[in-house]
Amino acid sequence: MTAGLLAYVARAVSGASVRFTAGLPGPGQRVFFANHCSHLDFLVIWSSLPPVVRAATRPVAAAEYWLRGRLRRHLAANVFRAVLIDRGAGGREAVARLSAALAEGDSLILFPEGTRGEGPHVAPFKSGLFHLAQERPGLELVPVHLENLNRVLPKGEAMPVPVMSRVSFGAPLRLEPGEDKDAFLERTRAAVVGLAA
Amino acid sequence: MNAFENPDLVRLLGGMVALLAIGTIAGQVLRRTARSESGQATVRNINDRMRAWWIMAAVFTVAIITGGIGSIVLFGLVSFLALREFVTLVASSRADHRTLVIAFFVFTPLQYVLVAVEWYGLFAILIPVYVFVLVPTTMVIVGETERFLERAATIQWGLMACVYCVSYAPALLLLDVEWDSPNALLLFFLVVVVQLSDVAQYVWGKTLGRHKIAPRVSPNKTWEGFVGGVLTATAVGAGLWWATPFDPLEAAGMAFVICLAGFAGGLTMAAIKRDRGVKDYGTLLPGHGGVLDRIDSLTFAAPLFFHLTRFFF
Repeated sequence: MTAGLLAYVARAVSGASVRFTAGLPGPGQRVFFANHCSHLDFLVIWSSLPPVVRAATRPVAAAEYWLRGRLRRHLAANVFRAVLIDRGAGGREAVARLSAALAEGDSLILFPEGTRGEGPHVAPFKSGLFHLAQERPGLELVPVHLENLNRVLPKGEAMPVPVMSRVSFGAPLRLEPGEDKDAFLERTRAAVVGLAA
Repeated sequence: MNAFENPDLVRLLGGMVALLAIGTIAGQVLRRTARSESGQATVRNINDRMRAWWIMAAVFTVAIITGGIGSIVLFGLVSFLALREFVTLVASSRADHRTLVIAFFVFTPLQYVLVAVEWYGLFAILIPVYVFVLVPTTMVIVGETERFLERAATIQWGLMACVYCVSYAPALLLLDVEWDSPNALLLFFLVVVVQLSDVAQYVWGKTLGRHKIAPRVSPNKTWEGFVGGVLTATAVGAGLWWATPFDPLEAAGMAFVICLAGFAGGLTMAAIKRDRGVKDYGTLLPGHGGVLDRIDSLTFAAPLFFHLTRFFF
């Protein structure tokens, strides 16, 4: 209930319009990966998903932010069921946590840039997405592009401004056989950037 | 007093609904018969307007039923959405975030609260005076100096056009005019004449238009469309004199001024869009927006109509 209400509020506050370029995602496990520009990002993606998909989708978020304070802890643990990553602990540990979550059958929302950017530029992806894809070769990876959310709620601001924004879901990708890390990370990044048009 | 007890109003509303119904049917028939690409585009444009007018008609009816507060809330919402489109298009500096928060969540609602409490003295100067002083002050506190004047002017202008000017439309309901009818009729007169002038200019321009009036700003606007549209809307305005505090000649004069102001407003918004390389506010993000496209002519016409009425009647 809280989740549904929050999803509604997130949509209303961000005012984001939603576009599925490859059709609405049905049931099934996948990883949504997106450019990261504001604290609203995962909420907006999560709330854009059909309720059935949303219920089985967990955001990946920084532990140091979501473990601070009681409310955040509650939201992260019970409402979003976030997979919390300790950014200081290194990539191997993070990938292990994500794998464990996937093993339980859930889908994930992931921001491969690792941190929020200042503008519309999409930074190079960190390697976590690649290692995850390597562990589960058949896994569907859905690129998501967030437009203007950095203007709705820039880094360091508490109040959103109702600038028009958009979240676009692209067609799913998979790790190609024999594809190396750099090529894969560039291809997935290009998929996100390509949704901007 | 219940506005529906006024026979003029009932007649006007009935006429409006009948006209819209005829227009909608005609639009649907044309949609099936139009052959050429440009013909299809024209019909689509008209049908889009028709849809917006149905909404406006509903808004207007609600405004009357709720005796003022409804129209204040609805125009407030229109201002908010218009400002949102304006800011999305032109105000993009990261440093202005907090200034924009104040513009959206303090000044926009406050302007309409002033209409609701009928505080004319502050309503008329809130944005021209207080916002004019407070916007650059907030920006100075933030401390970013790059393109300072341009950024301040943009926010000030957005609030003037989308909030201040638009708020004059519901403010008409509060005018102290010497007549027995509800002031909702004034709002009706304004909206009908402005919208009719818009569409008549479009239709005249499409059928007779040869000489471009401002080719660099809006290639679709022609002298023939302008003259035909303004004369048509002025004539209709004069014909509506019985539902206004004006005599036929005065009604024609008022309608004429509204049309000219509406034309200037539409061209001004077109110039801003052109500068940013956008055709319509509605195409900023597909399927969203377009409020500012529909009310661009109202922004200049509403304050002029208000003050002329206030001064002379």
